[in-house]
Amino acid sequence: MGSRASSLLREEDIDEIKKETGFSHSQITRLYSRFHSLDKGENGALSREDFQRIPELAINPLGDRIINAFFPEGEDQVNFRGFMRTLAHFRPVEDNEKNKDMISGEPLNSRTNKLHFAFQLYDLDRDDKISRDELLQVLRMMVGVNISDEQLGSIADRTIQEADTNGDMCISFSEFTKVLEKVDVEQKMSIRFLH
Amino acid sequence: MESYLFPFDSLICMLLGISFTVWFTLLLVFIIVPAIFGVSFGIRRLYMKSLIKLFEWATLRMERGAKEKNQHLYKPYSNGIIAKEPVSLEQEIQEMRRGGAEPEFDMSDIFYFCRRGVESIVDDEVTKRFTAEELESWNLLTRSNYNFHHISTRLTALWGVGVLIRYGILLPLRVTLAFTGVGLLVVLTSVVGLFPNGRIKNYLSDKVHLMCYRICVRALTAIITYHDSENKPKNGGICVANHTSPIDVIILASDGCYAMVGQVHGGLMGVIQRAMVKACPHIWFERSEVKDRHLVAKRLSDHVADESKLPILIFPEGTCINNTSVMMFKKGSFEIGCKVYPVAIKYDPRFGDAFWNSSKFGMVNYLLHMMSSWAIVCSVWYLPPMSRMEGEDAVQFANRVKAAIARKGGLADLLWDGGLKRGKVKEVFKEEQQKLYSKVLVGSSEDRSRS
Repeated sequence: MGSRASSLLREEDIDEIKKETGFSHSQITRLYSRFHSLDKGENGALSREDFQRIPELAINPLGDRIINAFFPEGEDQVNFRGFMRTLAHFRPVEDNEKNKDMISGEPLNSRTNKLHFAFQLYDLDRDDKISRDELLQVLRMMVGVNISDEQLGSIADRTIQEADTNGDMCISFSEFTKVLEKVDVEQKMSIRFLH
Repeated sequence: MESYLFPFDSLICMLLGISFTVWFTLLLVFIIVPAIFGVSFGIRRLYMKSLIKLFEWATLRMERGAKEKNQHLYKPYSNGIIAKEPVSLEQEIQEMRRGGAEPEFDMSDIFYFCRRGVESIVDDEVTKRFTAEELESWNLLTRSNYNFHHISTRLTALWGVGVLIRYGILLPLRVTLAFTGVGLLVVLTSVVGLFPNGRIKNYLSDKVHLMCYRICVRALTAIITYHDSENKPKNGGICVANHTSPIDVIILASDGCYAMVGQVHGGLMGVIQRAMVKACPHIWFERSEVKDRHLVAKRLSDHVADESKLPILIFPEGTCINNTSVMMFKKGSFEIGCKVYPVAIKYDPRFGDAFWNSSKFGMVNYLLHMMSSWAIVCSVWYLPPMSRMEGEDAVQFANRVKAAIARKGGLADLLWDGGLKRGKVKEVFKEEQQKLYSKVLVGSSEDRSRS
């Protein structure tokens, strides 16, 4: 009737996740409870079907791309560590000041890492470049059948033209970052986790 | 050897005989007779009050224990894990566009979908309605506890005593009552069925049904508070209520007489159904008839048109929801065009969770859980009757009734279909999102071509 989820998560694991992601103890236990409730097969890992069972995600035009971002290259299951690592990208940046015991190096929720997450949603074949084809495919996912191929093609061309600085007709990560330098990424790609 | 045991033998028999007699007399006096006449000694309410005090003590003890050991106490996310802002797609995207000349497409548009998607992974409105609600204070049932390490001997002992009481005393008592209730229902309705149709038969049938349902209510130790009884459903109408468990039927039917609607089952349920229909007309459908919506609608309308027949009891959600929200009402019952009497049922989860998670537990398992909880405490509100207004179609009417029920019961009002418990969401909703976004893209190009 209720879940005994938090009893399966050990204190050492919680501390490690805290150091790696910056989430607080109570946030980690709550998210573990959520992870557990999504895990219908009860095998400690989520599959793509588990994500697709969420109706609000299933109707999101980019739902499949977002689900894909949770799974490392070539894998079909994501465990709780991986789940938290991906969610950590969406922690607000202000929270970093409160949490001092982070590992050195860039925190997962830095501006660069948030932008990289978004970049990967476009980059279908994970080759660190957004080609015209990839951009077209993602655009097609977002608009469905409501815009014609020609119009979509011209939108893609215009976007690449504006962003591409080195003339290779693809958008690299640094070009992507440059294009979005005025956008408040920290706020748009953050979720307000309650304590 | 045998003669040695003889006196003990008869002594034991005598003792057993006496205790059984005492047991059954108590049962009769305190439970069955009040059930027949519909009065109550107030024992159950006293029981409920003492349980509340006990639970509060248990929770305080656990919190104190956790502080002493410097452990973190898991608090259920009754306030939500994240704070969401209800901003629409258009608003968000306009905000995100870099100021100045509006391009048709901006690479940052993806942020909106991305964030919404991850928000729904962390906390969504639908999937949490299909699992049991989480409690703030512990009610001495391990099934709803996350913090049960060995905190104090006293607490563990109390829990142990609780197990003994629930499984040793309450469960057998309740099972006996349940069998009595069901047995009486079958026998007495068959007897009433022998009478010729008329006022006496209806009167007897009402009394018999009420009595048996009241015994079943006591079999669950259900403590029910009925509000606004002046709005109780009358003949020629349909009663609709939110659905949390099969027990809803017993709860409503012990306070009023209804005509039930359902599929014909085999086995014990089938026996009960056939017996009930002898006493007064219920509506049972064959499995094949259920698919035929016109047939269903016709039978319901015919029943409703006959003023001498009892109001129909229907649960429009079509499936059990965990009593924190009301989900989409199927429009079938709202198309018939008669008066609708809405009823809101809200269970108090502290005493025992009534929600039936049919994907996890079967019926027998569920009933065992029910009968070994402390009690089932709930409130029933009878709302004033509603009818379809001019210019309102069935779906709008259904939503209006649903909103009224949700408001009265303090439940969230959701547009999502309860069928999502088992099925996939329709593609249509994704297409709507895509259309919205396309409008934002194309809309801005129209402005540009004009300027």
